[in-house]
Amino acid sequence: MYTEKVMDHFKNPRNMGEIPDPDGIGTVGNPVCGDLMTIYIKVKDNRLEDIKFKTFGCGAAIATSSMITELAKGKTLEEGLKISRGDVADNLGGLPPIKMHCSNLAADGLHAAIQDYLKKKEAQK
Amino acid sequence: MDHTAGKPVDPRVLEVMLPYLRQIYGNPSSLHTWGNEARKAVEDSRAKLASLVGAKRSEEIFFTSGGTESNNLAIRGVAYRNKDKGSHIVTTEIEHMSVMNTCKSLLKDGFNLTFVPVDKYGVVDLQALEKAITDKTILVSVMYANGEIGTIEPIKEIGEIVHSKGVLLHVDAVAASGQVPINVENENTDLMSISSNDIYGPRGAGALYVKTGTRIQPIIFGGGQEKGLRSGTENVPAIVGMSKAAEIANAEMKTEGERLSSLRDRLIKDLTESIPSSFLNGHPIRRLPNNASIRFSYIEGESLLLSLDMLGVAASSGSACTSKTLEPSHVLLAIGLKHEEAHGSLLFTMGKQNTEADVDYVVNALPDIVKRLRSISPLTPKELPT
Repeated sequence: MYTEKVMDHFKNPRNMGEIPDPDGIGTVGNPVCGDLMTIYIKVKDNRLEDIKFKTFGCGAAIATSSMITELAKGKTLEEGLKISRGDVADNLGGLPPIKMHCSNLAADGLHAAIQDYLKKKEAQK
Repeated sequence: MDHTAGKPVDPRVLEVMLPYLRQIYGNPSSLHTWGNEARKAVEDSRAKLASLVGAKRSEEIFFTSGGTESNNLAIRGVAYRNKDKGSHIVTTEIEHMSVMNTCKSLLKDGFNLTFVPVDKYGVVDLQALEKAITDKTILVSVMYANGEIGTIEPIKEIGEIVHSKGVLLHVDAVAASGQVPINVENENTDLMSISSNDIYGPRGAGALYVKTGTRIQPIIFGGGQEKGLRSGTENVPAIVGMSKAAEIANAEMKTEGERLSSLRDRLIKDLTESIPSSFLNGHPIRRLPNNASIRFSYIEGESLLLSLDMLGVAASSGSACTSKTLEPSHVLLAIGLKHEEAHGSLLFTMGKQNTEADVDYVVNALPDIVKRLRSISPLTPKELPT
């Protein structure tokens, strides 16, 4: 059902965990639907210096969370906002159709974390 | 450990089927010797099936293509035949899809449905059942046991209530048959569905017990086989196989049931004791011998299944992510679980091939799997409640 890449990220998730004092946090999904993910980011000089995740959900939810951290790390905030759900799925070699909507939330999580950072920065001005 | 999804055909069953796939290919409806041979095989099979469910007369057994068709025939066949008496059907919130969706299919033809709730163990609420039956009710359909949470229903008591109101009782015994002793006569049952594969017979065969005198009409029309109730040439090899499976189940039910119950009890005890925040789903005592349904807080079932599969263990889950819909199992929601609890459920259904060593393997492997997935989950509290 899943590609080798998905299984690899499920078995060995990259950047799993929390950042103790994150600059932005994005939480998307809902445990009621079976998928909930939190993305933590650390920003330096407009770049995603560090990114970590925690996810409750199926194999696809865990693999997409792991993949987004690899895709986003070191990118500028603008580049991060441009990473789409499709990019995440493509980099995993594709996802089963039913998972495209329910479990492919990682891009939304990243965008939410960046928005959270931008909002906090705005508030500090 | 996923026997509810599919069981292997017992080698002794395969043995008796082979002649009917090779030299004995006659049509039971033919008059000649070859037809007679096939017809005799079908009639002998009918007697063995009757004995499995405790039916007095073998002519009360009708062969179908499987459990789903038996449920369709029982519900639709009784509903349309008794429409002059009423249009109300009572069933429960934990039925198999083939009962639930068959009942729902009748809504557009003017029938009304009542879904009776169950308690936290999955036992049908008898008071609610009694109240649900009106003078318009023509059929009550309740499963003998639930394959997802293992709970065995009080069919005898349900039958007493249903019959005291003059209504017919259909029992879906697909999950229970072959595992626990069944007696349609003592248990006040008018119609009962059986599936071949669930008793280690081949797929493609099933049976419906119909008590003599029950008002029912066919849903499949054609050459009038099975006394006109189910047209279509009999699937002789599968029917012969199913009847051998029934014979074996009758003979071995007690010893195999005791063996499986002891494996089940150890699996449940060891897992719920060694893994914090893990709980048994379904009734602790009144449950199918092969069924261990356990839920683990803070994690999701599909990732549990994937992790077990990597270690060579097949199980099943109540999670939405393993089904075609986004909703978790309606059975787990009906026993009062929250959505996130239902998502974290794992179902082990053991069978003839499973041994103590299989239980040991799962008991050893699962704690680390749960621990790893909990370390990834944002829902896991810092201190786990036990």
